Amino acid sequence: MSRLLEIRDLRTSFPGERGRGPQARVHVVDGVSFDLDRGEVLALVGESGSGKSITALSALRLVPKPGRVVSGEVRFEGRNLLELSVGEMRRIRGKRIAMIFQEPMTALNPVLRVGDQVVEAIQLHEPVSRAVARDRVRALFAEVGIPDPEDRLDAYPHQLSGGLKQRVMIAMALSTRPEILIADEPTTALDVTIQAQILGLLRNLQRDRGTAILLITHDLGIVNELADRVAVMYAGRLVELAPRTQLFSNPLHPYTRGLLASIPALATPGARLHEIPGVVPSAGHWPTGCRFAPRCSERFEPCEAQDPAEATREGGRRVYCHLIAPSASGAASGATSALVRPHHKGGR
Amino acid sequence: MTPSLEPYLISNLATLCLLVGLAFIVRVVRRSRLWSEAATSLWRRRRLALCVLGVYFAIALLDSVAWKGGVPEDAVGVLPNAPYSAIDRIFLGSSESSYSAPFAEVEFYGGRPLRYPGAHPLGTDIIGRDVLFMALKGARVALLIGALTSLIAIPLALMFGVGAGYFGGRFDDFVFFLISTLASMPGLLLLIALIMAMGRGTLSVCVALGVTSWVGFCRLSRAETLKLRELDYVRAARVLGVSELGIIFRHILPNLAHLIVITFVLMFSGLVLSEAVLSWLGIGVEGSWGQMIDGARNELSREPIVWWNIAAAGSALFALILAVNAVGDAVRDVLDPRTLRDAP
Repeated sequence: MSRLLEIRDLRTSFPGERGRGPQARVHVVDGVSFDLDRGEVLALVGESGSGKSITALSALRLVPKPGRVVSGEVRFEGRNLLELSVGEMRRIRGKRIAMIFQEPMTALNPVLRVGDQVVEAIQLHEPVSRAVARDRVRALFAEVGIPDPEDRLDAYPHQLSGGLKQRVMIAMALSTRPEILIADEPTTALDVTIQAQILGLLRNLQRDRGTAILLITHDLGIVNELADRVAVMYAGRLVELAPRTQLFSNPLHPYTRGLLASIPALATPGARLHEIPGVVPSAGHWPTGCRFAPRCSERFEPCEAQDPAEATREGGRRVYCHLIAPSASGAASGATSALVRPHHKGGR
Repeated sequence: MTPSLEPYLISNLATLCLLVGLAFIVRVVRRSRLWSEAATSLWRRRRLALCVLGVYFAIALLDSVAWKGGVPEDAVGVLPNAPYSAIDRIFLGSSESSYSAPFAEVEFYGGRPLRYPGAHPLGTDIIGRDVLFMALKGARVALLIGALTSLIAIPLALMFGVGAGYFGGRFDDFVFFLISTLASMPGLLLLIALIMAMGRGTLSVCVALGVTSWVGFCRLSRAETLKLRELDYVRAARVLGVSELGIIFRHILPNLAHLIVITFVLMFSGLVLSEAVLSWLGIGVEGSWGQMIDGARNELSREPIVWWNIAAAGSALFALILAVNAVGDAVRDVLDPRTLRDAP
């Protein structure tokens, strides 16, 4: 499989609380690396403030000011997007990589007809006439399941429901047939029934068109429905990246285990729901060593002293935890969690 | 002097351009469903105010078209070679030699018979000019000041306000420096200083008023742009690869439209009133209602009182400003998408 998008050691920083000196900058995304293959759904999971949205915006070079990408590479089909000119980048945005946002209520311009907005998105990247573009929008509206597409073309955003607006947004994002669709919490603002419809729609589109989706969410239920692989982020860093089935059946990182144990559906009915003690430290107040260490029930000496090394397992799985042996060699692979138990007890 | 440079020809040309522009706007409004619906709805809400505005506009237009010749050469005070507008021609040579009360047969002081007894519905002023004629002439001046100054101030405010709000950084600092500097000077003094520096005349009064009145709307548009800039549809446009100027013209400015309309209307009436203040200080525009009011100041202390001069100018001013405010209010209700009703 060819790599469509490769993100290598991405660092994005914002000015800290004290002044403008370069030392005071806070790395909101701190050394994140992952790949996205053609036609794949990769979920970027994490709590609020873990840096998942900023990671996606960094890839598009749309980090809101005064933040900026300090280092790293974002390779799209081999080209580093961070080195392209503004004009070249603009031709990639929307045309090759599209994005949909969390809040469909505000994602459409209230004074323009929704059909015109999608038509303009097409005409921005392709030299087609208005009539041709309009025909395409009509077909797109039908494809994303908008009833009466002909009438909806001339509707204003306030005349549409939240679910319909999100469908229009998806139609707009898909209008130029992008290779990658970044979906930033696409269903968070919607009713549960509409959520299911939109997820079904995204899955169908991904299957039919082969669009790769970078799904940003904090909802593990959505991840389970849609994702092929999952990248878990915590405090600006990747903690675990694994194929979905492996992650759900055998989570390695204590944070991932904690997240999965917190899902009501997976917990024992009637039992008290698991919670991870404490809160995510805010950016700039991150501890040294493993950033999850202060909240981790299984921490031992090295956790707070040094950064955990990368541990790789089969299936492209990566974990960043001192409990996990760095090499995949020997008996460590497979029954890892069973193996680390004695180690961890010894640490206490 | 070459004929092409004479002021009356420029005025005629400007009127022609205005009419062509108006016809173009009417055509656009008729073609678009949204705009024609808005226009109908506006007409339904404010019939009287729109009629009043129409009358003022018509008078101003009639007063803007002037030509030479065709005047009775024997009439009093008529220059045979000067250009006269349509309004001028109606009242040509109808002046008396002193005050006359409305519909009076004789002069107000002294009782000498008038040249045109009963022909002055609003009387005449101290040098015998017909007050109705002067009040009608004031309409053109008022509309000119309101429109021209708004055309100077609003684009200026939008350019600085939207630019500062959208781009931020150094430009924002620069605009704020400008705003603070202007705001720290007494407005009236700056106005007077500007008019003195540029010389008197309609254009310099308009420029001076424009320069001193854009600050408020600039702040407003900056604040609104700051809000709009962070909205998802602007971010979405950026993700789609729309250029910065494209975003400003397609997404920011249309969403400021209701503010522009409201500001235009409030500014318009405010500017007409400011001109009256300037006239009272003696630096206004020739032939404005403000000048009439200024000239009538001392007449109120006469015995018996001369009231028709100030009454005519005051009512003309009052009616125009009331109509403009009423229409502006309705325009905002109709245009703001947040108050727009679903099409039936």
